[in-house]
Amino acid sequence: MGNKVKLLAVASIGGHWVQLLRIVSPDNAEISVTYLSTHPKCAIMVEGQKFYAITDFSRWNFYKLIPTFFKALKIIQKERPNIVVSTGAAPGLVVLLAAKLLGKKTVWIDSIANVQHLSLSGNIASRFVTRTFTQWESLKTHKILYAGNVLEQ
Amino acid sequence: MIFVTIGTQISFDRFIEAIDEIAGLIDEPIIVQGIKGGYQTKNVKTVDFLNPDEFNKLMEGARLIVGHAGMGTVLSALKYEKPIIIFPRIASLREHRNDHQMVTAMRMNELGYVHVAYDKKQLKALILNNDLKPLKKLNQDASNNMINFIINSLNKN
Repeated sequence: MGNKVKLLAVASIGGHWVQLLRIVSPDNAEISVTYLSTHPKCAIMVEGQKFYAITDFSRWNFYKLIPTFFKALKIIQKERPNIVVSTGAAPGLVVLLAAKLLGKKTVWIDSIANVQHLSLSGNIASRFVTRTFTQWESLKTHKILYAGNVLEQ
Repeated sequence: MIFVTIGTQISFDRFIEAIDEIAGLIDEPIIVQGIKGGYQTKNVKTVDFLNPDEFNKLMEGARLIVGHAGMGTVLSALKYEKPIIIFPRIASLREHRNDHQMVTAMRMNELGYVHVAYDKKQLKALILNNDLKPLKKLNQDASNNMINFIINSLNKN
């Protein structure tokens, strides 16, 4: 137990959350995962795993990112993950920023919905996270990595 | 049963209106999840929000999934091996912030995962086709390859 990699896995409800669960499976016994999403009912899909809900926001109600940021700091200090990973959207970006400030390794996996270019959040994330991944090989660059996608794996 | 979903973020009247009209032509029950816009449905009832487990149950029980081109909808339908028709939102009609759903729909269609309807006529033809089959299958349980690759890449430095 003590040697397992500890992950904090973050995504907004909907497509981001469905993608996160395909990448970071609640059945993966090799890692210890705490999940974070924007709706308390998401907990049902990761039964038996640690789960926290955070406040959702978008570019239309941006001020709500402040409580989300402070809650993220608290959760990260309590759970002490080695790596924090997010598939989006904006709330995931704020959690990664909190993780970065606390010296954690951070990973952004851009949604598979971004076929032509990285999302705005993905672009911002790529400036400070440890690793940024796209799910389309055609979008891979020296800085944006590719490790497969949720459809094929 | 046909399960229709437009996600939980933005209403989608053009699509719901088309579904409502088609619902008047068939006997098969249609369940619609979608936040309300200005359009009042006559032939179908809508619910704004479903818990993830209720959502998955409807996915599992449906013959056909019809939805906006959101990846949650697409991935869930593929996971339950259901045929899915997607109807992309168009940014110029203020149905989304940008046209990523159009691009996603085209790419998913090219790769053979989904049926796409770009207008009401195409939507009607696809829904009335009782023979629609699921296209490509998705692994029931995704492998851990991606996350292992990511963790290993972080451990290297």
